Amino acid sequence: MAKGIREIRRRIKSTKNTRQITKAMKMVAAAKLRRNQEKAEAARPYADKIQEVIASIASGTSGSKHPMLQSRPVKKTGYIVITSDRGLAGGYNANLLRKVITTIGEKHKSKDEYGIFVIGRKGRDFFNKRNYPIVKEVTGLPTSPEFADIKQIASAAVQMFANEQIDELYLCYNKFQSAISQIPTVKQLLPLEALESNTARTMNYEYEPSAEEVLADLLPKYAETLVYSALLEAKASEEGSRMTAMGNATDNATDMINRYTLSYNRARQAAITQEISEIVAGANAQA
Amino acid sequence: MSKMTVEVVTPERVVFSGEATMVIARGVAGELGILPNHIPLVTPLKVAPVRVKTTGDKETLIAVSGGFLEVRGDKVTILAEAAELPEDIDVARAQAAKTRAEQRLKEKQADLNQRRAELALQRAMTRLFVANNK
Repeated sequence: MAKGIREIRRRIKSTKNTRQITKAMKMVAAAKLRRNQEKAEAARPYADKIQEVIASIASGTSGSKHPMLQSRPVKKTGYIVITSDRGLAGGYNANLLRKVITTIGEKHKSKDEYGIFVIGRKGRDFFNKRNYPIVKEVTGLPTSPEFADIKQIASAAVQMFANEQIDELYLCYNKFQSAISQIPTVKQLLPLEALESNTARTMNYEYEPSAEEVLADLLPKYAETLVYSALLEAKASEEGSRMTAMGNATDNATDMINRYTLSYNRARQAAITQEISEIVAGANAQA
Repeated sequence: MSKMTVEVVTPERVVFSGEATMVIARGVAGELGILPNHIPLVTPLKVAPVRVKTTGDKETLIAVSGGFLEVRGDKVTILAEAAELPEDIDVARAQAAKTRAEQRLKEKQADLNQRRAELALQRAMTRLFVANNK
């Protein structure tokens, strides 16, 4: 009996250790989540401004003929998939990757019809293992990525579109809804969907050197900005998802500890009772 | 003297925000001096320092790369992929980048690398210029 008790005590101890870790991870994730949300917030003025200027050019001139604004017959599709580098984030990566696989499965028959730009170790390993065509990859991004960190992959994707190597570009990431809810999303990035131009805010700009050239300069930048803001949102989602997962793990650990403590006490009591009855029986036998 | 508001914004944050009497920037079509009440204008910028003359004859230099400038009413907005104030510049890093770019230019590789090295050199020189002219 004593051995059983020791076993239970060991389990309680190890579960307590686990709980300590998951609790710490939850708190770290919460702090990072807040930081990433602020970062996503800070990135908004830039994206808004570019969009505003592009919309006013596109509405005012013949600029909307730019290839990035026009859809063409699709021969090859690009996907930018944003995943995390580390696990322990609940269904964060699994949900997104499942969604991507379903989308690809529905749309394409062969592997020649698409290419994947993958951000994050988890996604890269996933696609590598299943022999999906990876065009370019970025891993080991910091928790709060800078624009320069993904500039290369974003501009490579945009460049491929401009060179007509791909005819469509999709952005796959976990959209941040709230700290407890993230939605895997597949969004069309290029060709850019018709930008809504708010006529009241449209200005008559002077363009230097010309409206077309300004537009040609801005559109790739805008697309890259969209990738960056998606990345920031995905990072916020990641921390949110991790926070929830770790919160659940901590709760589960607490439950387990309670159950173990109960059975530990039961076993202890049983052992005492047994000892007493043995002593009593021994005393009775001698009398 | 009339004034205008100036904002320098990157994808990460607002680098500079304040009032100014004049903004001098290098656009793709040439040097530009913007005074208050300029007509609305949009132009991409070259990799170069932007000079913002604030009130009281003070001048702030900002290293800007990959950006464009928008003037609307009494507001000048510079959107850039990277922008730094003199005090934020890592001089050692810029110096290293400059040496590296010069090295690459000397080796004369393929066209694409050449172009990249030129841009890198320009960025590094802009940063150093801004940092040394506080």
